[in-house]
Amino acid sequence: MTGIDYVVLFAGMGLVTYIPRWLPLLFLSRKRLPQWLIDWLNLIPAAILSALLAPSLFTESAPRALDFGRLELLVAVPTFLFAIRTRSLGGTVLFGMLLYWLAGLAV
Amino acid sequence: MPACRSTVAAGEKFSFQQTVIMEKKRILGQGAAAAWPICLGYFPVGLALGVLADQTGIPFWAVGLMSVLVFAGSAQFIAVAMLAAGASAWSIVATTFVVNLRHVLMSSALAVFLPGLRRRFLSLFAYGITDESFAVNMARFRKGRWDWWSALVVNHLSNLAWIVSTMAGSLAGQFIPQGALGIDYALTGMFICLLVYQLRGRIYVLTGVVAAIIATAWYLLVPGNSYIVVASAAAATVGFGAGRLARRKR
Repeated sequence: MTGIDYVVLFAGMGLVTYIPRWLPLLFLSRKRLPQWLIDWLNLIPAAILSALLAPSLFTESAPRALDFGRLELLVAVPTFLFAIRTRSLGGTVLFGMLLYWLAGLAV
Repeated sequence: MPACRSTVAAGEKFSFQQTVIMEKKRILGQGAAAAWPICLGYFPVGLALGVLADQTGIPFWAVGLMSVLVFAGSAQFIAVAMLAAGASAWSIVATTFVVNLRHVLMSSALAVFLPGLRRRFLSLFAYGITDESFAVNMARFRKGRWDWWSALVVNHLSNLAWIVSTMAGSLAGQFIPQGALGIDYALTGMFICLLVYQLRGRIYVLTGVVAAIIATAWYLLVPGNSYIVVASAAAATVGFGAGRLARRKR
């Protein structure tokens, strides 16, 4: 990729990221969404995060195949418990990285 | 600046200039106090992103540019992974859009607490809406006594920490061997903790489990990255239906 390619790509990513952050704020500061839509949208963050996580824990990527014995999954269990106990974002990231690193050395 | 007027009256014995300076210090101080855990959390993640980007061959200045223009952790990780896999620019932008569509919800929820503000302020504020700043600002807005300017400081201090840490990671990347210190796990760790924040009741747990099952199955059966939006929309619908059923039974 050339320099121009990067600028164009990141500008495109920036635009599609900014618009969903910007439009609702601009137009909904006075209006209210229907309750069913609020209830549905409320579940979206949990759904997205889980959908992003699950394949990285339960599958091999090349070729795509189910695998319940991956290091990623083994480390995820204590990391999950750590997150529930501490509720610390920075702490959980560091804890997961440390465990994954140590587990990688041990295997 | 309506947020400032109320407190300026309290300091009448000071000159106008002094009170303006004190007010700015107060806003900055409150914002910084709320923002530091986010900055702390961003640092290892930003470093990890910078290192991965460097190993993918993305130049230092481009990493900084991406953080300034996009400012969205998970989308940036996915973009780096897709660049490494040789994905097209179009598919990266489309995936970024899908991954960041969740901000519609956060922006809508924040709009309730930012009524009738100037467009310029809202436009500046919107840029800094992330999972983390949203969670911190909403908690403070709900408690009351949280002004828009401090919320804006939270957004932009987090942004600064993100830009600095990703660029630092990119610069230090060449000294760090691949896979060192578990950096490949930073994103997974962040997602795990953010998911834990979201599991606020049975319906949320059910939604998460359904999303995990559908996403895994879709990922295995359908090539590409459509599993994210398909699984999350389907799981939220299942969770929504279950919530309605449970309420009707009661």
